[in-house]
Amino acid sequence: MQKTEITELILSCLRGNLEAAGPLPAEPLTVETRLLGRSAVLDSLGLVQLLVDVELQLDSAHGIVVTLADERAMSQKHSPFRSVGTLSDYIDTLIQEDPSHARA
Amino acid sequence: MPGPEIVLITGTRKGIGRHLAEHFVRKGALVEGCSRTAPDWELDNYTHHLADVTSEADVRRMMTSIRHRHNRLDVLVNNTGIASMNHTVLMPLESAARIMNTNFLGTFLMCRESAKLMRQQKWGRIINLGSIAVPMRLAGESVYAASKSAITTFTQILAGELAGWGITCNVVSPAPIETDLIRSVPPEKIQHILDRLPISRLGRYEDVAHVVDFFAHRASDSVTGQVIYLGGA
Repeated sequence: MQKTEITELILSCLRGNLEAAGPLPAEPLTVETRLLGRSAVLDSLGLVQLLVDVELQLDSAHGIVVTLADERAMSQKHSPFRSVGTLSDYIDTLIQEDPSHARA
Repeated sequence: MPGPEIVLITGTRKGIGRHLAEHFVRKGALVEGCSRTAPDWELDNYTHHLADVTSEADVRRMMTSIRHRHNRLDVLVNNTGIASMNHTVLMPLESAARIMNTNFLGTFLMCRESAKLMRQQKWGRIINLGSIAVPMRLAGESVYAASKSAITTFTQILAGELAGWGITCNVVSPAPIETDLIRSVPPEKIQHILDRLPISRLGRYEDVAHVVDFFAHRASDSVTGQVIYLGGA
């Protein structure tokens, strides 16, 4: 799975979650979009829902099984969940580290 | 709800788990079950997974299989449980860790992964097995009761966390039932426990199934974070 596909998948899930909750934010959703902190487009429960949706989509659409909220993610000084881009980077790393997820 | 209910029950090789599997199949559900070793029975509309509920890989594999075949999960019953009756000062650390891992962490892991699947349909029922050993504070069952107490508190907090996803979480705590779990307990100790219960008889599988049915019922969507102690404990 290519990095751009991962980012698109995250953005698609994020868009779906935000639309379900109300109108989309005025700013376009990009790799810079914050998922954590004061300028985040989601609240904490929204982030949980996003991570669950991303996990499900990775599995159902690409057959990739990962646990995003793993020990490493939780112990990092800078959370990999802080933006769309960092989440995409983290998923790319998890996929590359697991030989069963070799790039097609 | 499209098609029959999809029900997942842990620890179905024997005892309460097997009875619940047969019970839900009789009601028309498609039942998924698991245990570490294969059962010596088969049933139409029942699929068995060889899985250890304390293994993240095993649980993920089982959930992936359910998602690929059904793409949803309606009811989870966490029935797997082990016990080792011992005075606390004689309890080996390994035994205590094994009880906490299987009873509590196994339940946690199953709930975590099932909730992800249930969120898709914004509906679900999680039913965990507790024990009357918690309110009765039974001597010799300190670690077992603590593991069940952990399940109770966990379930009550989980109920709040998952309410927004339409998932209810409850606990049924049976009175002693003649299963392998209590086979090593001397009959006079069991009788002593029964004597302290308002309903002074051994529990039956049907007692548990009745409460599970109540929690799993579609009309029970405002029943969450509750614990029912059978026998009146």
